[in-house]
Amino acid sequence: MNEKTVKKEKSWFGRLVENFGLPRLIITLFLVLLLILAPIVGADLPTQITNIIARFSWNGVLVLAMVPMVHSGCGLNFGLPLGIISGLLGATLSIEFGFTGALSFVMAILIATPFALVFGSGYGWLLNKIKGGEMMIATYVGFSSVSLMCMMWLILPYKSPNMVWGMAGKGLRTTISLEGYYDKVLANFLKIKIGNFEIPTGTILFFALLALAMWAFLHTKTGTAMTAVGSNPTFARAAGINVDRIRLLSVVMSTWLAAVGILVYEQGFGFVQLYMAPFYMALPAVSAILIGGASVNKASIVNVVVGTILFQGIVTMTPTVMNNMIHMDMSEIIRIIASNGMILYALTRKTEGSK
Amino acid sequence: MNNQQNTPLLEMRNISKDFFGNQVLSDINLTLNEGEVIGLVGENGAGKSTLMRILFGANMIRETGGYGGDVLLNGEKVNFSSPFDAIEAGIGMVHQEFSLIPGFTTTENILLNREPVRKNLIAEIFGDRMNTLKRSEMDERAANAIELMGVNVDRKMVISDMPVGHKQFTEIARELSKEQLKLLILDEPTAVLTEKEAEALLAAIKGMAQRGIAIVFITHRLQEILSVCDRVIVMRDGYVVSEKNASDTSVDEITKAMVGREVAKTDSAEGKNRSFDQAKTILSISHLWVDMPGETVRDVSLDVKEGEILGIGGLAGQGKLGIPNGVMGLYQAGGKVTFEGKDIPLNSPRRCLDSSFAFVSEDRRGVGLLLDETLEWNIAFPAMQIQNKFLKNYLGGLVKWRDEAAIKEVTDRYIDELAIKCTSSKQKARELSGGNQQKVCLAKAFALNPRLLFVSEPTRGIDVGAKALVLDALKKFNRENGVTVVIVSSELEELRQSCDRIAIVSGGKIAGILPAASSVEELGALMLSQVI
Repeated sequence: MNEKTVKKEKSWFGRLVENFGLPRLIITLFLVLLLILAPIVGADLPTQITNIIARFSWNGVLVLAMVPMVHSGCGLNFGLPLGIISGLLGATLSIEFGFTGALSFVMAILIATPFALVFGSGYGWLLNKIKGGEMMIATYVGFSSVSLMCMMWLILPYKSPNMVWGMAGKGLRTTISLEGYYDKVLANFLKIKIGNFEIPTGTILFFALLALAMWAFLHTKTGTAMTAVGSNPTFARAAGINVDRIRLLSVVMSTWLAAVGILVYEQGFGFVQLYMAPFYMALPAVSAILIGGASVNKASIVNVVVGTILFQGIVTMTPTVMNNMIHMDMSEIIRIIASNGMILYALTRKTEGSK
Repeated sequence: MNNQQNTPLLEMRNISKDFFGNQVLSDINLTLNEGEVIGLVGENGAGKSTLMRILFGANMIRETGGYGGDVLLNGEKVNFSSPFDAIEAGIGMVHQEFSLIPGFTTTENILLNREPVRKNLIAEIFGDRMNTLKRSEMDERAANAIELMGVNVDRKMVISDMPVGHKQFTEIARELSKEQLKLLILDEPTAVLTEKEAEALLAAIKGMAQRGIAIVFITHRLQEILSVCDRVIVMRDGYVVSEKNASDTSVDEITKAMVGREVAKTDSAEGKNRSFDQAKTILSISHLWVDMPGETVRDVSLDVKEGEILGIGGLAGQGKLGIPNGVMGLYQAGGKVTFEGKDIPLNSPRRCLDSSFAFVSEDRRGVGLLLDETLEWNIAFPAMQIQNKFLKNYLGGLVKWRDEAAIKEVTDRYIDELAIKCTSSKQKARELSGGNQQKVCLAKAFALNPRLLFVSEPTRGIDVGAKALVLDALKKFNRENGVTVVIVSSELEELRQSCDRIAIVSGGKIAGILPAASSVEELGALMLSQVI
């Protein structure tokens, strides 16, 4: 009897570690520790929590964009900037065409879609040529597309006075304010506000909608095929699946989600950031999903949600707590160390989990 | 040949070896005198290579727990800790795969790392690695080694430009150039040679033996063994089953010793009476070639009758595995395949599956299973993708939703039917044992309700109990559902038990088709008939 209970208790903790994963457990405990420390060192807790939730809502879709490619075995989408660029084209063109308010957000998505489809197809075609080295090539696709667009933003004949450089009257500014366009258009929908504490309900609902769609897709015939392709491409081929087509589809989906993701991010953040900004968007998304417990070829919606909360929690809380403790601004350094460190950790542990 | 007549050059006593409990060699005794040539034959997996690895001190033997018994060289017990020790002691080995540097000349390869060197000033300062090579002496020694074989190989030619035969001679010359060489092991040296080159090699073997070098000659070409060896040793399942003077034996006798097993009780009467001469041809293969590495199919023409179980046998590497893989489109193939009167396009797995073929691959873990997914997925996946089974349609068929309940039901049914040992239908395929994984592969194919089922090496790497279950399941599937089954297997006995007819593949061609009741000798002879 006694022995039995001991065994049961052990398995309880064992199960927790197994299901949730030791790294996630440690990071969660660390985050809880930061949340406890925050009021002690003089940071306002409700504001901090609001920050975490807000950042979660901005980044959720970008992290979700990782899922299809992971499922199809293309690895983590380090080429996320390509999708982000499609989104930026949608955003700037929507503004250029004079749409305002909520309509500008809808139009930005609609305009971004064909770009995402075209870029995604090309990108997917490329990834099908270099099976086995996807993540490396993806990284360079991201890099080079950002550099190309740095030139394009200057050259493309944008005219809207809200976006071009004031003196020259041509070439897009590095940062474009979204005031009057779709600034907080989702966040303010059904917003809950109690004192310093805010929940951007609309953004979270929008993310939930996309996440639900993704979950549903993975339960369809094609979604099942996608997972099987990622799990064992040879098996899938022997079962009559056109592996290349499924992979292409996953890349296009990922690219489109990245485009929508950046628009969601912008509406929360309030600005469109051009030029080198997309460059820095892939790594946080990659780290987030890895922290969430995804591996290089397995990822679920739970991984996305948990990972985004944990990652954004750490990167918002650590600098705040540290700054308050040592009275020095170290936020950017800590953010970089945290996000890159986590990627490094996760990639070394890529066999963790189911594969 | 002289005063050492009573102590043999090599003696192996009671050698045994197991790999993690799997006995591969038992009680092997072998003696070899100076200048003697012995032929070592046996089916793939009989233990020939393992025995030679023990003799050569290969690392993998020690890493897997060493061996039992003694190896004596010149009457002294030896235990080589690495191949270098074995070389030092005068043992040379020529492997099936070449170990030559492609960009170096014959001479350079023959004397690699044993070059005669000349000291110079720089070497005095920086050590021996800076010594210069004595090219002329190298040339001379290489010439001598080649001379020993009695063949003509260009010493200045770069290896990558050579025909395979010459590469093989270079390998042998390298061994011969070692002064201490007393015993040479040749592992299937003629496998890659043309007839003429093989003849030259055989002559070279005789020449070497006359110079006092003992030779162990491993090959599948029995005629060669008889023409050059003094004694023939036949191995089967890790035992030496026969040891005879070459002059006292024949190809037939060796073949029988190689493949013959205790056949009495396994010979099942059931099915042996089935005749399909009248049945219509369901699948017709003509002039099929398949580019499958290591299992090249050259020109196979074969008719499969409706409702029968056809076995395809043959030695490893002769192309039997290439047939199902080629027909199913997993490897590049050409030729003509007709199924029920319709042409089946090759190189397209989907079209085969649509024509209700199913295939259980020999590569269970690589092709057969989604190791990281549940049994449910493994079993239901192909049927779901190809035949839209286990799906619920919503929005007028626009959304095809996975029907988890139906998937679980079918999985549970097969777990039950095939007695798959698992914790639940949600268990990951990776966690099952080999035999149970094989059953999952069968269930996957059964779930497709095929008209024709290809099964490749269904019992490879699984234990005896599971073997019987798998074969019974196949037979039952054939009898009850009227499904035509083609079993490809290297185990002749298994084919004889389960099949109605057996086609033997040799050298990438069908060497012959015999009724399953044919004797092992007949089948064995076919297996070796066109070996290349």
